[in-house]
Amino acid sequence: MMKAQRQRIILGYILLLVMLVLLAVINICAGSADISVHRMINALQHPESDKAAYNIITGLRLPRTAAAVILGGALSVSGFLLQNFFANPIAGPYILGISSGAKLMVALLMVFSLSRGFAVNSFGMVTVAFIGSMISMGIILLISGKVKRMSVLIVCGVMIGYICSAVTELVVNFSDDSNIVNLHNWSMGSFSGIGKGDVLTSAAIVFPACILAFMLSKPMNAYQLGEEYAVNSGVHIKAFRASLILLSSVLSACVTAFAGPVSFVGVAVPHIIKSGFGTAKPIRILPACFLGGAVFCLLCDLITRTLFAPTELSISTVTAVFGAPVVIYMLLHKERRG
Amino acid sequence: MNGIMLSTKALSAGYGKKVIVEGVEINAEQGKILTLIGPNGAGKSTVLKTICRQLRPLGGAVYIGKEKLDDLSGNQLARSVSVLLTGRVKAEYMRCIDVVETGRYPYTGRLGVLSDKDREKVREALRLVDAEDIAECDFDRISDGQRQRIMLAGAICREPDILILDEPTTFLDIKYKLELMNILKKLASERHIAVIMSLHELELAQRVSDTIICIKGNGIYRTGTPKEIFSGSCIEELYGVEKGSFCKAYGSPELGRLNSAPEVFIIGGGGSAVALYRSLRCNGIAFAAGIIHENDIEYPVAAALASKLVSEQAFEPVSDEKYEEALQLMRSCGNAVCTIESFGTMNEKCRQLMLEAEKMGILRGIESYE
Repeated sequence: MMKAQRQRIILGYILLLVMLVLLAVINICAGSADISVHRMINALQHPESDKAAYNIITGLRLPRTAAAVILGGALSVSGFLLQNFFANPIAGPYILGISSGAKLMVALLMVFSLSRGFAVNSFGMVTVAFIGSMISMGIILLISGKVKRMSVLIVCGVMIGYICSAVTELVVNFSDDSNIVNLHNWSMGSFSGIGKGDVLTSAAIVFPACILAFMLSKPMNAYQLGEEYAVNSGVHIKAFRASLILLSSVLSACVTAFAGPVSFVGVAVPHIIKSGFGTAKPIRILPACFLGGAVFCLLCDLITRTLFAPTELSISTVTAVFGAPVVIYMLLHKERRG
Repeated sequence: MNGIMLSTKALSAGYGKKVIVEGVEINAEQGKILTLIGPNGAGKSTVLKTICRQLRPLGGAVYIGKEKLDDLSGNQLARSVSVLLTGRVKAEYMRCIDVVETGRYPYTGRLGVLSDKDREKVREALRLVDAEDIAECDFDRISDGQRQRIMLAGAICREPDILILDEPTTFLDIKYKLELMNILKKLASERHIAVIMSLHELELAQRVSDTIICIKGNGIYRTGTPKEIFSGSCIEELYGVEKGSFCKAYGSPELGRLNSAPEVFIIGGGGSAVALYRSLRCNGIAFAAGIIHENDIEYPVAAALASKLVSEQAFEPVSDEKYEEALQLMRSCGNAVCTIESFGTMNEKCRQLMLEAEKMGILRGIESYE
């Protein structure tokens, strides 16, 4: 690795880490009840002296911030894996309808459990979301076997997303329970209302999945030069492809189960990281994709909470504002370069 | 079995269950170049893909050294066989050196981090293909020829025993084609790599190969040295083209003669009329030519293109009979062009022919047919 690129990568990582810490602190401090940094440190060190601040921080803001970090990172990594799988920089869990498939299954489970009067634990939610995302993924894989043009695949993915969303809306509207308000909020995508238990569950799923993805960076690198190249390099192609699919589905399912569908993070963040770092080598940028996704979601979540406070926006509203232009830019760029 | 790196026994290859070629027997030797030629769709690529395990054999077996191909692990196979297949490689945000480094894949550990030795091999490969100056360039922004060289460097730095290339010249211009052939020769002679490739360019196949395998129909049509293949009518039969339309001496194709009555008689020799023959044929003008010695450099072209040709045996002065025959032919054509600028003892009769044409008033300038 040449010196210039090494410096660029080190600088990139430092920048991401600084932004992550900074945004995490701001996210914890800012809100309807403003807490100064000094008060936050104080409250965390001596919970008894400032009970109100301690409760707000540990009960609400810390889990929410942690959720934004973990789930944002998961989305970004999931997008990166999908882009490698489809050899298409515009692939992502939301744009290919995989998040929407998960959303539909979770909505069905929620409505069913509410009408029968039993509660589903967070692990059950993730399992159902995983089934949903695998169904969408299966359809996408079938289509990708038939069409080679990437733009067609993207359009199909968006359409699958619409269909799933429409059915979800239908289900949500026809179920008459007061709890459905929550469900509606969730189906728009939000980091609010994520408890400590959910955060721990998602961490237990996301971190191992990301580490496994990182372990795949060697075959991924060979796969970037084409499937045939990977085969000739000695990659067990079937096992490798299956692991990419499983990992990206688990990651996006986990996000959808807890935060609902979050748009464009999976496409925009890996792209920004790749062009910023000037490389697509998984081993160099996969951790950066995680950090980038975390930073991006922290920023967007901050905006959803503070821009029109006390009204909260849905997270997808904000991520789309930042993410969609990046996708449009990429599409134009791709067309121009052929 | 001295030096045989890759061999096949009664190999059948194809896609799915459909057999495209069968009974393929290949013996690729250390330090030798083996070339597959044959018409489009004959199954050259299918064979190459099968011997590098991209496709499963539909019958028979492939051996790498003495091991059966199926018994090798992916890593073992990757270390002994490097492949360069057709099709453009797209890689976003990759520098050329990153692409070459990926070639060290089977030698690196779990995460694919390169050691100093790996880096040395990468530099060496870049030097060999003369691409050190573009190592830092974006792989998406270099020319096809450069990209091919980078891919080749990646294949070389894997230090294979066998190098398989599927139509490696496809995107290359003439300069890169020649360079590539030189590199392959060097790899074979200096590193004792067995090179197996498919080529469309017969003239390159003729010059660079040690062994040529012709694939046609559903099997091997012929195997032999370039000398054996490029003699007789093997090439014409292989590609199903008219006899005489392929020039063995040059390894290049000609359009084939016109069958209508000749309109012009060309007095040529020594290669002076080659360009004229081709332009006449190209413009659809039938012509006769003479008097050409059989060892003349332009004889193969004249033989392929002239509707009628008067020729003389090698190293003999032109005989009176041949002269008479040529004179008759010239008269019936009604037009003549002479491309020879200096005459000697052997073609003294050609000069007489020219003077005769002048006397008859049918001698035209070369420019009237160009």
